[in-house]
Amino acid sequence: MKAIQIKNITKRYGRVTALDHVSFSFEHGRIYGFLGRNGAGKTTLINIIANRIFADEGEVLIDGLPARENMEVHEKIYCMSEKDLYDSSLKIKEIFKWTSRFYDHFQIDKAYEIAEKFSLDTEKRFPALSKGQQSIFKLTVALALDVPYVIFDEPVLGLDANHRELFYQLLLQDYEEHQRTIILATHLIEEVANIIEEVVLIDNGKILLQEAAEDLLERGYCVSGPADKVLDYCHDKNVIGQEELGALKLAYILGPREELPENSPLQISNMNLQKLFVKLTENSEINFPASEEAGNQAPIL
Amino acid sequence: MHVNPDLDKPIFIQIAEQLEDSIFTKVFPEETKIPSTNEISALLSINPHTVLKGMNLLVDEEIIYKKRGLGMFVKEGAVERIRKKRQSQFYSQYIAALIREASKLQMTKKEIILLIERGFEDESDPD
Repeated sequence: MKAIQIKNITKRYGRVTALDHVSFSFEHGRIYGFLGRNGAGKTTLINIIANRIFADEGEVLIDGLPARENMEVHEKIYCMSEKDLYDSSLKIKEIFKWTSRFYDHFQIDKAYEIAEKFSLDTEKRFPALSKGQQSIFKLTVALALDVPYVIFDEPVLGLDANHRELFYQLLLQDYEEHQRTIILATHLIEEVANIIEEVVLIDNGKILLQEAAEDLLERGYCVSGPADKVLDYCHDKNVIGQEELGALKLAYILGPREELPENSPLQISNMNLQKLFVKLTENSEINFPASEEAGNQAPIL
Repeated sequence: MHVNPDLDKPIFIQIAEQLEDSIFTKVFPEETKIPSTNEISALLSINPHTVLKGMNLLVDEEIIYKKRGLGMFVKEGAVERIRKKRQSQFYSQYIAALIREASKLQMTKKEIILLIERGFEDESDPD
C-alpha cells in the first residue's frame, strides 16, 4: 500500500499519554492539513514517523515497510521540523552539500534556485540567519528533496507575508510537477485552507476526525436567529458550539444541512476551516444544554 | 481572479464562474488558451484538484475543451452559449429575487414597474 500507515501508536511521557492508540493513514499523492492545538500530539507523532523518537506501542509503515530504524524508508520521507539540529559551524551551502551526500534524491541545483528566490544568503552559517531565514533554509531543503512523503512542521514560522505566499506558490508548483504526499502541520489554518485536500485533526493525543476538506466545510455551518427558534432547530443536531449576542443566538453545527422553511427567521451561513477547528477543539466534551438555558436567558435588546 | 472562502459558494464554482466571466467578456477569446490549472493554482494558492474541478464544469457545458498536450482552450461558440445560459437564468436569479424582496418591503407591482422604467431611462440618459 502506498501510504504512511500509523497503526495503534501510543506514546507516554511519564504519566502523560501524548498519543493514545492512534491509527490512520496519509495516502500517497495528496496534500494534508495536519491540525491540532498546542500540545495535541502533532509533533510527537511527526517525530515518530520520522524515526526520531520511538513509540511505546504500535508501528508506522511507509509503503508497507516498517519505519523504525529502517534504511529502506530513508529515501522515502523527509521531515522539515521546527527543531534546529544543524551543525552551527557549517555554512548553508555546506549543509546543502552534506544533504546531497545523505540523500540521493536531493536536487542541489533546485535548492540554490529556491534559495535565490527567497534571497537567502548561502554563505552564512545557520545560527547567523534570522528566524524567518532559518525557516526559509529548512523549507528550501524540503522542497528540493524529491522524496514521495514530505512533512512540514510549521513551515512558515517567522516568514513575512510575501515569503509565505512564495512558499505556497512553490509548494503547489512542485506538487503539480510530481505528485507526492505533502503534510502541512500548521496553526495558520486559513492560509492553507484552500491548499489542503484532506484534514486530519488531532486533539488530546487522539484523532478527532479525518475528512476531505471540502466535505468538512460542507458539513459545518452556523445557524443564527432568535434563541428559541435556534434551539428548536438544533434539538436533533450535532452542535459543536454556541454564542449569544443579546437576543440573537448563533449555533455551530456539524452535520447535514436542513433546508429552512420559506419564512424562517433563521439564517444559515458557512463556517470557515479555522472557525470549525476552534469550535471542535474548544473543549473536548460538549454537551448541548437542553432548553433549560434558553429559559434563563434575559433578552437584552 | 480572486476567490473568497467566506462566500457560501464552493471555491471550485467560484473559479468556474470567474473563468466563464472572463470568456464572456472576451478576456480569453474563442479558440485561445486559458491559463493552466498549474498557473491558477499557484496564483490563488488553491489545490490544483479544486481548480480542475472548476474547469471540468466548463468542459461539461462545452465552454472550454482540452487540446491534448496543449491545455484548455475556449470553444467556438462559447460566448453565445454563455449568453443563452445566463438569459435562461435571468428570471430565477434576478426577477424572482426582486419580487421576493419587494413583497418583504410591501411594494406594489405598479411601483416596481415604475422603478424598472426609471432604470431604463437613467440608462439611456446617464447624465
